[in-house]
Amino acid sequence: MNRTSAPADSPTSGAWEELVTTALLGTDRRTPPGVAPGVAPGVAPGRDAPAALLDAAAMETVRRRAGLIPARSAPRPDPAPEDPRPSLPAPAARRLAMLLADRPATAGSGRRGTAPDLVELLPQWLATANARGFTAPPETLPALLDAARGRTDLRPSALAFAGPRALWLARLNPEWRFALRATPGGGASLPHLDDTEKVRELWQEGLFAERVALLAAIRADAPRAARELLATTWATERAEDRLMFLDSLRDGLGDEDEPFLEQSLADRSRNVRATAAELLSSLPGSALASRMAARAWACVAVDHTRDTPTITVEAPHECDAGMERDGIAAKPPAGRGERSWWFGQLVEATPLGTWPARLGNRTPEGIVALPVGDDWQGELHAAWCRAAVRQRNAVWSRALLGAPSAPEAGGPGAVSLAERAKLLSTLEADERAEWVAGFIATHGLSEAFQLLGVCQVPWAPPLGQAVVDALNIARDAGSYPWSFSGVMGLAERCLDPVAANPLDGLLAVPEEPQDASPGAGGYWAEAFQRLVTTLRLRAAMAQELGVEREESPPAHD
Amino acid sequence: MTQQGARWTADQVLALAPDTASRKAGSKLGAAGPWSEGGSSDEGTVWGLCKGSGSKPYRTVVDIADASGPAYKCTCPSRKFPCKHALGLLLLWASGDAAVASGTAPDWAEQWTEGRRKRSAEKRAAGADGSPAGSADPEAARRRAERRAERITAGATELEQRLTDLLRSGLATAEHAGYGLWEETAARMVDAQAPGLAARVRELGAIPASGPGWPVRLLEECALLHLLDQGWLRRDELPEELAATVGSRVGLPTSAQGPPVRDRWLVLAQYDVADARLTTRRIWLYGSDSGRTALLLSYGAAGRAPELALPVGLALEADLLPYPGAGQRRAALGEQFATAAPTAVRPPGVTTTRAAVAYGEALRTDPWLTSVPVTLDRVIPTPDGDSWQLSDADEDAALPLTPAARSRPGLWRLVALSGGAPVKVFGECGHQGFTPLTAWPAGEGIPIHLS
Repeated sequence: MNRTSAPADSPTSGAWEELVTTALLGTDRRTPPGVAPGVAPGVAPGRDAPAALLDAAAMETVRRRAGLIPARSAPRPDPAPEDPRPSLPAPAARRLAMLLADRPATAGSGRRGTAPDLVELLPQWLATANARGFTAPPETLPALLDAARGRTDLRPSALAFAGPRALWLARLNPEWRFALRATPGGGASLPHLDDTEKVRELWQEGLFAERVALLAAIRADAPRAARELLATTWATERAEDRLMFLDSLRDGLGDEDEPFLEQSLADRSRNVRATAAELLSSLPGSALASRMAARAWACVAVDHTRDTPTITVEAPHECDAGMERDGIAAKPPAGRGERSWWFGQLVEATPLGTWPARLGNRTPEGIVALPVGDDWQGELHAAWCRAAVRQRNAVWSRALLGAPSAPEAGGPGAVSLAERAKLLSTLEADERAEWVAGFIATHGLSEAFQLLGVCQVPWAPPLGQAVVDALNIARDAGSYPWSFSGVMGLAERCLDPVAANPLDGLLAVPEEPQDASPGAGGYWAEAFQRLVTTLRLRAAMAQELGVEREESPPAHD
Repeated sequence: MTQQGARWTADQVLALAPDTASRKAGSKLGAAGPWSEGGSSDEGTVWGLCKGSGSKPYRTVVDIADASGPAYKCTCPSRKFPCKHALGLLLLWASGDAAVASGTAPDWAEQWTEGRRKRSAEKRAAGADGSPAGSADPEAARRRAERRAERITAGATELEQRLTDLLRSGLATAEHAGYGLWEETAARMVDAQAPGLAARVRELGAIPASGPGWPVRLLEECALLHLLDQGWLRRDELPEELAATVGSRVGLPTSAQGPPVRDRWLVLAQYDVADARLTTRRIWLYGSDSGRTALLLSYGAAGRAPELALPVGLALEADLLPYPGAGQRRAALGEQFATAAPTAVRPPGVTTTRAAVAYGEALRTDPWLTSVPVTLDRVIPTPDGDSWQLSDADEDAALPLTPAARSRPGLWRLVALSGGAPVKVFGECGHQGFTPLTAWPAGEGIPIHLS
């Protein structure tokens, strides 16, 4: 506490220095101040010197400590920005403290037991709190930042909830620097978007993150203004920056972006060219899309000469300069043939709406149902799937998904489960839930995990019911619940809490059938116990945050 | 929920947990799911049945109507105390969950609570009436005390010799002498029945390796140890109060004996200091009528939480019995008159300048004090190079944080709570700086513990 000690010009500090020096060297080598040799009669010179030194040092030590005065203040930090959001209700604040206290979880600590997994509820809690617009209690910010640092999936919601004060805090602690990077602009306040001068200034002089934030903000507000701002400095931007900026056009992409994107097809950077081409291809009316359609059309035809009409595929024989300019990657990844690689890209970039005209005015269902010659079905359907996802085309997604009860839906058909999950994401929430419910009713739970992941939370009643029924069937079949621990965990987080009461019947330990795995019944009761407990806890959490019950999609009939 | 006002916060409940694992396990049980037939009484009993992995649920009951902290009973086999079920039950109670709504205790809970309260009333009565142990033969006790004093005197004399030898040859030699010399001296002080001297000697041994500025610190501590030796050797010449302070600093056992001070005691801070053998819990209390600040100490064997638990933010109406000695803050908990309950009362605070003065004044009666308890008003946590200080909002003065305080997670809670604005902070202020222990946000809000 040197800064707090007596000022250096204090009359005693010199005496103290002298004492320290003498103590370091020893009184045999140096006589302490104020002790004359032989001062005590009858004692050999120097005999009392150490004691005298200690006496003096004791007095000085107590004097120095008693004389402490505060230091001058260092420059005080700027106050954290105001957070106008209302504070959390007290019960919700207590709940948050509990969820955060549970954070240092040691994964894989054996059996899961009957108690809810609090860590898994934090994302949902944060989402609800954010939706309700609450501000975080300041003292929880360090724990929130630590949680966000450890889990990137939690970052956006945790940082949104933590708000401006967390960014203020992160500037003071290097361990939380990630928060400044993760939040575009690091919380620096963006100028008012109408203030053209300030906007221009920030755009030209700001840090990269600030510029990305600015561009995104303007893009959300006025897509055209953002593009024009971008055009002012485009030629001088670095390639990585151009790529990031171009990507920001993805939000609110429209036909009027086409000229700018078309121009970017000639960019020096290959990644920029590819991104521009990808964006253009998701504009069905763009020139690039029609060029792609023309190329793809040349490869796909319906052969009417067979017994049943059949699609024939003639993949391109070369990747010419025009194709490359339009974003087709000429070199295939290892293990893939060049021609099928080019073909897949062409179909993916072709507007789906053009296919009926090419293939005998059939509906998408009709087209998907057509047999495909020479083993091209997988390649063609996969490309259509990618196109449906890229173009957010629900009609084609529906056609490609097929009926959930179809036998091939559960296995490795032309369309994989991963592709189905992506296709599902283009459908409305209730349709998605219904499809997955149908899938589970036919195929059970073992393949359903990926599909459940894209369904809206909380699960719509038919989906929730399908999952619970399937779990019940699995239990009756006598297997162990940990074969379903993934789905069980999802159910804990995604089932509508109103489903908790009807589950009470599952909590009892059932009698074990002959062929059941030993003890499975007890474990199932335990697993259902945890499910019910977690659902009740989620209902309580929502209530504490002022939600009557978790928002659920409109009833579907 | 009529008694919602008297409920504890989750933090206060979790402060009872003996370790991190229990906190975590307890948190998970703080939900209605596994609990049944639960309830709470207005007299301060909470009970419930918790479904575990076995077929029979555990019976858990907690008596919170005791100033020395809750008492627990659970039929689970855990050796942790309190167990996770007790913590979960209290969390449920703290959150006002309907699963522990107001009701009449079942027999099994009632019997235990009654038996316990009766036993502790008997114990208190016995403690008040019964004469102190060992005083059956005052003459023998006096002789024992005399023998012990002689041994301490011999130890102090030997220690003085060691110190003068060291000063004669110079502190620079201490850097090379290593730890062993001091360990041996400390062991001799233990033999001399002077544990206070032994602890100080052990600390001396660590100073030469403590980084830049060690010669100053070593001289300071040697000088204060010398002062203590001399105080002991001439204790007959000292005023009675100072002699008592010297006695307790040297390590003579003392017991609380001052007249009881009845007050409404606000719990300012509670934290544990653990070494390999012993966990020491320090609890700072503030008397809202008397304005006194008192320290309760409670001990637990390694790995066990000390029994006394008074979470921050509660207040209890009770007697405190002060220990003898000048400027002595330590006290023992006497009779309690009401259950500990949350309070909105905050201690009054002072400026940093006044806090430094308070430490200086306290040294007059006890020059060996390393810190005094202080509440600072309107201070702003301010970064100062690699370190931090608490800076007055209204004048150009600041106290640095102690090195220990800088490395605690509580520092960041304090900084976050402040957000650059003034806050009220309670902590320990001494020559090494300020150690914040509890902070109150501006405006309303519950105290935030920082230790």
